[in-house]
Amino acid sequence: MAVEPDLKIELGKQGVFVTTISEIYNWGRKNSVWPMQFGLACCAIEMIATTMARYDLARFGAEVFRPSPRQADLMIISGTITKKMAPQVVRLYNQMAEPKYVIAMGACAISGGPFKQGYNVLKGIDRYIPVDVHIPGCPPRPEALIHAFMTLQARIDAQPLTGGDRPRHLDADAQGLFPVPEQGAHDLEPPVNRLVWPLPAPSTSGKPTGSCE
Amino acid sequence: MSARLLLDMTMASNPYLPLAVLFIAALGFGLAPLGLAWAWARLVSPAKPNAIKNAIYECGLESRGDAWVQFRSAYYLYAIIFLIFDVEAVFLLPFAVAFTGLGVGACVAMLVFVLLLAEGLAWAWAKGVLTWA
Repeated sequence: MAVEPDLKIELGKQGVFVTTISEIYNWGRKNSVWPMQFGLACCAIEMIATTMARYDLARFGAEVFRPSPRQADLMIISGTITKKMAPQVVRLYNQMAEPKYVIAMGACAISGGPFKQGYNVLKGIDRYIPVDVHIPGCPPRPEALIHAFMTLQARIDAQPLTGGDRPRHLDADAQGLFPVPEQGAHDLEPPVNRLVWPLPAPSTSGKPTGSCE
Repeated sequence: MSARLLLDMTMASNPYLPLAVLFIAALGFGLAPLGLAWAWARLVSPAKPNAIKNAIYECGLESRGDAWVQFRSAYYLYAIIFLIFDVEAVFLLPFAVAFTGLGVGACVAMLVFVLLLAEGLAWAWAKGVLTWA
């Protein structure tokens, strides 16, 4: 921070407004997040309700749900991700413009939820793409999604434009492509993206869970 | 516009000078934000293109095959023939509705019209257009 917070407040009392480039930049970014019009299951209904008049997500600048990933920078994973659907989700995430963010909405999106034991359900989308905010619940109410959105806004606001913690879109060398899994004989291949999921995950060769690390 | 030229125009007090100044200002007013936006996008947010992002289709599915599809040209002939006789029916309808109030001339004109179309049908038939090979 170029200006000390106390000094900034003191100057503000005198009618002098000081700011930094990164503050203006992040202020603009956090108030113009465009989510993608994209729902997977039950949670999508709650997501739709969040955008309607009673909860009105438009108050936060997330006015337009874009029907194209190329015009969106927030993916709300709303619902159960089946293994059949996971490649499509990752592919759409890859097609989104940088900087892009992900909110994993609901128990299914973050862990598989009540369907975790199912052979066909992905146990959390964060195995393939980086998730910024997780919302628990089944399904989470619109207030929870709004809270997640505000959390995301706070995260965007706190992002430095330079240094090691800078967001991916400002890092020319950072990875922009996340590998799309394919349908293998028994499971998705690879079962996880090691770059975003360093934790143990089941291998596809039939070994017990957790033995691959 | 060079400074020398501007000076000359000022000295001559050309009546079009304010117009030129306004024109340049208007052009700048429109182009400056575009230029700023371009510079901002180039400097601050490096694009991260990749094969998936550059793909044509954006429903999450991988596009397969070619966009060029061959279909039979016979279909085109069928469509044209259908169109001709469709329009004929449209012309016949008002004639039939007002038939009792029309004279002999209208009847003869319609007869010629229908006969011409019948000839067209006979021609198409003889050419083998109606046979779906």
